[in-house]
Amino acid sequence: MIVSSVFRRSSRDYRCQQFVEAVTDYLEGAMRGRDRSRFEAHLRHCDGCEHYLAQLRRTIELTGHLGVDDVNALGPEARRQLVGAFRDFHAPRA
Amino acid sequence: MFLPRPLVALPGPALHARGDAAHHSSENQYVTPVASDYVDDQILVASLRRGDEAAFAWLLDRYGASLQRLARSYVATAAAAEEAVQETWVAVITGIDRFEQRASLKTWLYRILINVARSKGVREHRSVPFASLADELDQDEPAVDPTRFVGAGDARAGSWAAPPVPWDEEPERRLLAAETLAVVEAAIATLPPHQARVLRLRDLEGWASPEVCNALDLSETNQRVLLHRARAKVRQALESHFEGSTP
Ligand SMILES: [Zn+2]
Repeated sequence: MIVSSVFRRSSRDYRCQQFVEAVTDYLEGAMRGRDRSRFEAHLRHCDGCEHYLAQLRRTIELTGHLGVDDVNALGPEARRQLVGAFRDFHAPRA
Repeated sequence: MFLPRPLVALPGPALHARGDAAHHSSENQYVTPVASDYVDDQILVASLRRGDEAAFAWLLDRYGASLQRLARSYVATAAAAEEAVQETWVAVITGIDRFEQRASLKTWLYRILINVARSKGVREHRSVPFASLADELDQDEPAVDPTRFVGAGDARAGSWAAPPVPWDEEPERRLLAAETLAVVEAAIATLPPHQARVLRLRDLEGWASPEVCNALDLSETNQRVLLHRARAKVRQALESHFEGSTP
């Protein structure tokens, strides 16, 4: 990989091991200024870290798929009772 | 009549009656209702206060499973989690009139659950060492196994020795296979409780960071640390899964 001398220095200071610990700050928008420039500069020149970031994005996406089909944990009986309790609570009192 | 227009647009049980096409397209599957909650809250809260059963049933179906899962991270048994959820619903029924709407209805609901489940958990764990937040944060947990990087003493120290490979070559079908999702679920199940809660609320329920900090009483920074560690572990589990099995 050909790296310009400008980047050689910063990428030497900023290693993959630091990058992987910074991805959440980056994804959360909690990274500013110099930290962000160094992170992005590293990302442009490092395939391993690019793959790591892509994997993490995939991970988040896959986690988001878990909830989709999973409705109605409440059994029908408990559900009926709760709706009944709601009804009773709102029934005009004698 | 219930189901005001904004609510119908939300995913969840209320949506099953609607066009399935939108629901099943992959772009729409993980759209979360977060952004719309404030808009809908006024109508939903007013309906609940009026005693609208359909509104209450909608709430039960929309949040029941998710409350149950979150409760499970505070207590030792599924039965205790169920109890916490039931108590939460009773508190909703009797407390909706006193709900001041300073937070969203959803945040209020989860805060009730968390308080109920936490006090149950504290009672249960009286004799068992309870993993505190400080304990969890104090652990030194690198996002990636240090042996994946070049070791100290080498000019390339800290660079990948065994870099990750792209998953994009995995066919979409395999990425979304039940088997893959089961790996994610199993990884979440082994997370320490604080990490599991943050990950569930953020990535599974799709909450925004301020909502999670608020519901779980976490600082932004601590929330980020917990999320970081949790996601890193789930990624690791997926990587092992993809590498360990042939497509
Ligand atoms: Zn790198």
